[in-house]
Amino acid sequence: MTASTIQPNVMTLDVRELGVTEVNRRLRDLPAGASALIVEPRGAHNLGVGMTVPLAITVEGNSGYYLGGLCDGPDFTVRGSVGWGAAENLMSGTVRILGNASESAAASAHGGLVIVEGDASSRAGISLKGGTLVVAGDVGHMSAFMAQAGTILVGGDAGDSLGDSLYEAVVYVAGKVKSLGSDARQVAMDADDISIVQDLCARSGMTHIDAGNITKVASARELYTFDALKNQRY
Amino acid sequence: MCGIVGLLARSRELEPTLGQLFVPMLTALTSRGPDSAGFALYDRTVPTGSLRWSLCGEAAGSAVDWRALTDRVETESGSRVSAEDLGAVCFLTTDAAPELVRGVVAAFGGVSVVGFGAHVRLIKDVGTPAEICGRYGITSSAGYLAVGHTRMATESAVTTLHSHPFSPAPDVALVHNGSFSNHATIRRRLADVGITCETDNDSEVAACYIGWRLQRGDDLQEALRHVLKEFDGFFTLAVGAGLEFAVVRDAFACKPLVVAETAEYIATASEYQALAELPGIENARVFEPGPEEISTWTVDG
Repeated sequence: MTASTIQPNVMTLDVRELGVTEVNRRLRDLPAGASALIVEPRGAHNLGVGMTVPLAITVEGNSGYYLGGLCDGPDFTVRGSVGWGAAENLMSGTVRILGNASESAAASAHGGLVIVEGDASSRAGISLKGGTLVVAGDVGHMSAFMAQAGTILVGGDAGDSLGDSLYEAVVYVAGKVKSLGSDARQVAMDADDISIVQDLCARSGMTHIDAGNITKVASARELYTFDALKNQRY
Repeated sequence: MCGIVGLLARSRELEPTLGQLFVPMLTALTSRGPDSAGFALYDRTVPTGSLRWSLCGEAAGSAVDWRALTDRVETESGSRVSAEDLGAVCFLTTDAAPELVRGVVAAFGGVSVVGFGAHVRLIKDVGTPAEICGRYGITSSAGYLAVGHTRMATESAVTTLHSHPFSPAPDVALVHNGSFSNHATIRRRLADVGITCETDNDSEVAACYIGWRLQRGDDLQEALRHVLKEFDGFFTLAVGAGLEFAVVRDAFACKPLVVAETAEYIATASEYQALAELPGIENARVFEPGPEEISTWTVDG
């Protein structure tokens, strides 16, 4: 083996043995470009939160709330499912979840790419602020709630009240939309949309999504300024 | 915030290890509810025709003369009473008439009935789940269903009687994560039909409401449908009722719930970490019930 083919050392961190605080402390001490393997997460919360340099972090198993939240740089791969608020407030980097994500996946993410290869539960992409969320399967009710900027691509179906009180985020759904929330509306796909979806599929490795057969949901912009005197409904 | 846990043994082989599996589930949710905890444990050991009464002393730390209370029930009823004395908690099993038992307990003073029925054994107390489970030796408990709660009180006092589960009707036990906003209204309506709650806790109102619906002939599914219609607020509920176990979440699914289903058990918890140590969890079907979905499971009698 030549020097150029030697993989960088992968630090293995056992959550059961070290606890979350110590695991995160050791991750924070890693130099940019390093790799880490987190084992025995067993549903623990806050794993890998707040890392600010590029790292390659693999989590072997199911983890709890806020996996990879507040991060600016690392790439996560979770070989399992995650709890509430995965990648919350992500700034940059990727969080790829091979299983399912519980509620509020990618909540308030400003940047970066969050990929859920299974399903995401309620409020996926809530208050999205510029990040990108791709869900291969279904999303639960109230997804994209109050999402301000960014893009959500759903490979399966969307639950009730999709895009309620949307601002300028855009939602693409390959499957069925159970119902739209207040101030969300279906808009026509144009050539730009198709290329955005194709690009997202390529970046996230989705091969089952037909970019030519997508429902696009955006804000109807009628609730931006609520006016009680106009008898607006919400 | 509170933590809720349910474990239903679908196979009889699992029943002897119920406590052993349940205690780590409850303690895993300590951070969601460190001030008090409680649980209803259901088994099949009560003789037909008898009821088991779950009693606890009302004043924290004060000793109750359970022997004297047992003797008094025996004397006044002429029935045999078997007592299981766990210190601050005692279980009396007897075929004495329910009204008579209640009357004797009330006259004795300083003791509350926290649950009763042909299956349930109910314990609640102030402290961490680990302390409480240790205090009453729960790890060695056997049975087919455990419904537990870890409490972080938000709207009423931290006392044993304000803790969950609430068990106002035979073999009914309810635990709640969340808060009800219209519990005072429903409490008054229940009072109008003769149902009175014992504490000012909001969750107790839901337990009394479900008990009342079941008494009127609803099955558990139907009673919970009425809860969804009548109760306003945030809630995930887990309810034991005889041989049945149910969970339900409010219309916004504001409070978490994870279910793990195998051929051996149904396990539910506020957070996955409470399920992570269960045998066979890696092959379980793990899912979150959606908003306003009522899930019920039943075991054979």
